[in-house]
Amino acid sequence: MAKHQTPMLDELTKGPWPSFVDDIKAEAARRAANKDGVEYQIPVDVCDDLLGILELAYKDKETHWKHGGIVGVFGYGGGVIGRYCDVPQQFPGVAHFHTVRLNQPGGKFYTTEYLRDIMKIWDMRGSGLTNMHGSTGDIVLLGTFTEQLEEIFYEMTHKLNTDLGGSGSNLRTPAECMGMSRCEYACYDTMALCYALTNEYQDELHRPAFPYKFKFKFDGCPNGCVAALARSDLSFVGTWKGAIKVDQKAVAAYVAGELKPNAGAHAGRDWGKFDIMKEVVNLCPTQCMSYDGKTLSINDKECYRCMHCINTMPVALKVGDEKGLCMLAGAKAPILDGAQMSSLLVPFLPVEEPFDEIKEVVENIWEWWMEEGKNRERLGETLKRLGFGKILEVTGITPDARHVQHPRENPYIFWSAEEVGGWDRDIKEYRKRHAR
Amino acid sequence: MALDMATAQKTILDFLEGKAKSKTKFYFNDFCDLFPDEKSRDVKKVLTELVKGEKIVYWSSGSTTMYGLKGLGKHADGEE
Repeated sequence: MAKHQTPMLDELTKGPWPSFVDDIKAEAARRAANKDGVEYQIPVDVCDDLLGILELAYKDKETHWKHGGIVGVFGYGGGVIGRYCDVPQQFPGVAHFHTVRLNQPGGKFYTTEYLRDIMKIWDMRGSGLTNMHGSTGDIVLLGTFTEQLEEIFYEMTHKLNTDLGGSGSNLRTPAECMGMSRCEYACYDTMALCYALTNEYQDELHRPAFPYKFKFKFDGCPNGCVAALARSDLSFVGTWKGAIKVDQKAVAAYVAGELKPNAGAHAGRDWGKFDIMKEVVNLCPTQCMSYDGKTLSINDKECYRCMHCINTMPVALKVGDEKGLCMLAGAKAPILDGAQMSSLLVPFLPVEEPFDEIKEVVENIWEWWMEEGKNRERLGETLKRLGFGKILEVTGITPDARHVQHPRENPYIFWSAEEVGGWDRDIKEYRKRHAR
Repeated sequence: MALDMATAQKTILDFLEGKAKSKTKFYFNDFCDLFPDEKSRDVKKVLTELVKGEKIVYWSSGSTTMYGLKGLGKHADGEE
């Protein structure tokens, strides 16, 4: 028998999709049964009370969570998000319901043993509910009490070598695709760069001093498996210089049906014979490809790296040999409105340890944004407000055609006095050459 | 110009105490305004020391972080 009647929440369990209500009920039953004999440090009925307070919020049509708080672990300004309910007598199990963010392992590689060890701590000291993973990439632990926070922090760091992630006006937990560890498309070692910058910027991650949140994301190639371009203030996307490498024999094998397109990823249905013109050449967004029945040609200067041809024929087409990354700035994906993609900032950088060139760009941007950014203003908003030219100026990057999104949209270029050798001129000298 | 840690800490605490009746939480930028000639990273070091010394605390909404004097402001039961 459930602790609280939840008729409205129960409606959510009737559809065809998995329901979070079912999941929370399952966890409530598991905690009540306690087959593993866990010594629960927070109320055993936390999950029941979570459902209860949500049902009440649906009934009242207003939230019963209070906003924010001072909770955290000593010395850290992020990693814990305080949440308290305003009806603690009615729902004591969720009087506190703080979220703990953990910095996920690189590429989200972990063993089942590691996950079980996290859950041993979390079952005992928290609700047992998790979000794997939060949109930032963290392992998110949902719901614990203030007095458990230092204990959780100690055990996660000392037993599992796992730090808290970022929240608030911090550098958020950097996230990367699995990169070269599994993927042939990766143009740089995303895990190495993410690890290096995470270590380098620990202070920014744990002690907030930015105008607002700041996100790094690392995609190994333009396929963008962590969607860096769409949601990180600074996006690192793998790319290459020069030509896509074409193996004409393998192209012929795809055309003859000897190799499955997309590495067989869509082979569950009969799509008919592979048609290279229809499925590759004519889909090229810049129309830079042609196929004469024998040879596939690519005008690489026109390619803007949509990756479609390479994804479709991965045996025949490979990314070029000179690999590196491009940096883009200013993306954000807020919940309500104002979503914005990143703008190209550094067209190409080789990726070499100790990544000094990258760090220099990052630090110049931060220095500027910390001075100029308004409270609760993302980098992309500061960019829009002050102009893209400003970020080029502070990073010392020479403007070039690739920074211009719509070349003919706005013909006015605002030159500074330094760029044109000053505005003053000798009018007498001028009049010698030009009559009034 | 390098910040003198003790003087800067006093400036910040005086500022917070002076405002305590009307406001208890402040953005990082508010402290930078107290030291217009200093780099924001140096101001951050002073605030970090004050947090370590338990004079001030972080307040977080989850998306934004603010700073305030320890013990001031409305607290939920259980907030430290």
